Amino acid sequence: MIAEFGHFALALALVISLAQATLPLIGAQRGDAVWVALARPFALGQFLCIAVAFAALTYAYLVSDFSVVNVARNSHSAKPLLYKISGVWGNHEGSMVLWVLMLSLFGLLVALAGNNLPPTLRARVLAIQAWIGAGFLAFILLTSNPFERIFPPPVDGNGLNPILQDPGLAFHPPFLYLGYVGFSIAFSFAVAALIEGRVDPAWARWVRPWTLAAWCALTVGIALGSYWAYYELGWGGWWFWDPVENASFMPWLAGTALLHSAAVAEKRDALKSWTILLAIIAFSLSLIGTFLVRSGVLTSVHAFATDPQRGLFILLLLVVAIGGSLTLYAIRAPRLKLGGLFHPVSREGGLVLNNLLLSTALATVFLGTLYPLFLDAIGAGKVSVGAPYFNTTFVPVMVPLVAAMAIGPMLAWKRGDLAGALGRLKFAFATAVAVTALCFALVARGPVLAPLGIGLATWVIAASLLEFAERIQLFTAPAAETWRRMRNLPRASYGMTIAHAGMGIAIIGMVAVSAWRVEVVQAMRPGDIVAAAGFTLRFEGMRELQGPNYRAEAGSFTVTRNGGLVTRLDAERRFFTDPAQLTTEAAIRSTLLGDLYVAIGDEAPGQMRTVRVWYNPLVVWIWLGAVIMALGGVVSLSDRRLRIGAPARRRAAVPAGAASAGA
Amino acid sequence: MTRKRRRLYGVLLALLALGGATALALTAFQDNLVFFVSPSDVAAKPIGPERSFRLGGLVEASSVKRLGDGKTVEFRITDGPHAVPVRYTGILPDLFREGQGVVVEGKLIGGVFQAREVLAKHDENYMPREVADALKKSGHWQEDKKP
Repeated sequence: MIAEFGHFALALALVISLAQATLPLIGAQRGDAVWVALARPFALGQFLCIAVAFAALTYAYLVSDFSVVNVARNSHSAKPLLYKISGVWGNHEGSMVLWVLMLSLFGLLVALAGNNLPPTLRARVLAIQAWIGAGFLAFILLTSNPFERIFPPPVDGNGLNPILQDPGLAFHPPFLYLGYVGFSIAFSFAVAALIEGRVDPAWARWVRPWTLAAWCALTVGIALGSYWAYYELGWGGWWFWDPVENASFMPWLAGTALLHSAAVAEKRDALKSWTILLAIIAFSLSLIGTFLVRSGVLTSVHAFATDPQRGLFILLLLVVAIGGSLTLYAIRAPRLKLGGLFHPVSREGGLVLNNLLLSTALATVFLGTLYPLFLDAIGAGKVSVGAPYFNTTFVPVMVPLVAAMAIGPMLAWKRGDLAGALGRLKFAFATAVAVTALCFALVARGPVLAPLGIGLATWVIAASLLEFAERIQLFTAPAAETWRRMRNLPRASYGMTIAHAGMGIAIIGMVAVSAWRVEVVQAMRPGDIVAAAGFTLRFEGMRELQGPNYRAEAGSFTVTRNGGLVTRLDAERRFFTDPAQLTTEAAIRSTLLGDLYVAIGDEAPGQMRTVRVWYNPLVVWIWLGAVIMALGGVVSLSDRRLRIGAPARRRAAVPAGAASAGA
Repeated sequence: MTRKRRRLYGVLLALLALGGATALALTAFQDNLVFFVSPSDVAAKPIGPERSFRLGGLVEASSVKRLGDGKTVEFRITDGPHAVPVRYTGILPDLFREGQGVVVEGKLIGGVFQAREVLAKHDENYMPREVADALKKSGHWQEDKKP
């Protein structure tokens, strides 16, 4: 009964979203205040309906109602509670419900928090949002009904793929979706602005917090996915340039570019049509990501659905959304007025360079990800594009970007002084050179480029801190003045410093683990010893363990260094019964300096085990850096200018219709 | 700086970035495209030891052997008519089994495929699409009993 109720709520949500997609749009066009005002209650209603549907599905999972096909296929009564809940989005149908839930939540937030938005703009934004929602709701109801029943119900369910039964992965999809769907707001704002034919700094200021929030969530989501792949798959890698990873990385690149160009649009009223285009691209890439992952075009753990009908539907949605918005852009963008002028060497110039390089990097990733699909489609053979391609195209584009990242914030708006900025950065340069030299001295082996990479990252971190110190006049002004400046410095500035430094930290981790990782594969009997990166590991033997819904065999290792005991590690192999599957649980000793990572294979004759030991130097810095970047975003998001100062759209620029309700 | 000149610089910069990226991408494609090949393809047209490629098919029944060092495994990948011997050093993926679909990446040296990587499957029903297609092509695909 509850399931049918959930199904009905979804259908109701579709009807509401269709109304929300049309009536307010017509109202805004005609200047009909009543119809415009409908957008808010519709947004609320749509959210409530989807929330009810989501709650109904979650309930079905909690009580293990196996008469619902979706639950029977993806859950099991013996599963721990957390994974019963995460099972809701651990499958195709449920994850689409989560997707629309997030979408309507964002819509609701715009409806509630957008008190300072002109009602017509808000109505249009909510209407566009509802179009997207209607598309996905129709997709769920027509091709992927999560509430379908089965009779007779099975005694127990199939269970969730064990490698997905992991806390990291329980939260990976919600964060990723928050990011993807968050870009839908930027998209809706962009399309609404195109319909209105007007973009001004106030518009950019409204878009920025949403983009920032989406970007933070996406950063965390990608980092969680990467961390999960690192410790769960047992291969010791943190990024594989897998098409599915790229699918989430491309919107991130576009979103990062959007954040920076929106800053220019907000502060200097320039780059407006480019910002609009980026907003469209960022969300389009989110849609393409969904398509790639969900259509079964790619084979991976994410490809739940291999139903061609679904792929076709998403493709259709994609064509309508991307094609429609780009057409609108082509018609309307030339009408947008050009904004403020600037010299190439200026803060704006730096941000343009940032955008150029990010877009180029994005293009190389896009090409590498879609080229095999393209070749397959035209029947020219099956190929795969692996990490070497991305390393030779993506990295060379990122290097100048990172180098410029240190200089850009030092330049003034409109016209900057490059020589002056470089002069102010001499301390950062000296630090970078010193760290590079230190790396060369400490690590004899590994590629020559690695210390330079570390130096580059140091350059960014030092420059970010230096820029911050300069702003608060650290050591150059009395302490009281520094303190006053620290308090008055906008949170957005803090956010930038933190995020840029986080990027530097992540790069250090990436370079270090790529260049200096140690890998040893050895067949071991109990009592055997293996040495790796200064550690000595003694294989103590196997023992049996019993988990909540699996049994495991664990290989115990005693780790010593220079004779002193460091730790004991248990590398497990877990045997799940529902579904019958085996997973490898690597044993990891994580420190800031590096991870000791041990994975164990199946039994060979004579109690022999294949043991794989990695030492991954500084690898946690990658995720630490990502978290710091997201933290920078959150700090920037708390800037009061984004909440309070935003609404003041310049009076002169406001036409009669919107002016009355403008601020 | 006039508006025209600013545009010119912008366009030039964009072209430079685009050109650079294209050049990078093309050279990278040249070296790094990894083709997917079935054992029958290998039999029909041998591939030189310098080229890295992916080989996919089924792990032939009772072909998996462990060498004396305990960490090197030898097995054969078959698509029915033909089979290719494969050697791999390291831990096999969790779902590696005889009779199951598998994809390996590496080079064919002296008639033996030296695998650098054995691609993991994520669940027991999962069959790499390339393998399924290759099996269909060679007529060894069983619809009712997916290998």
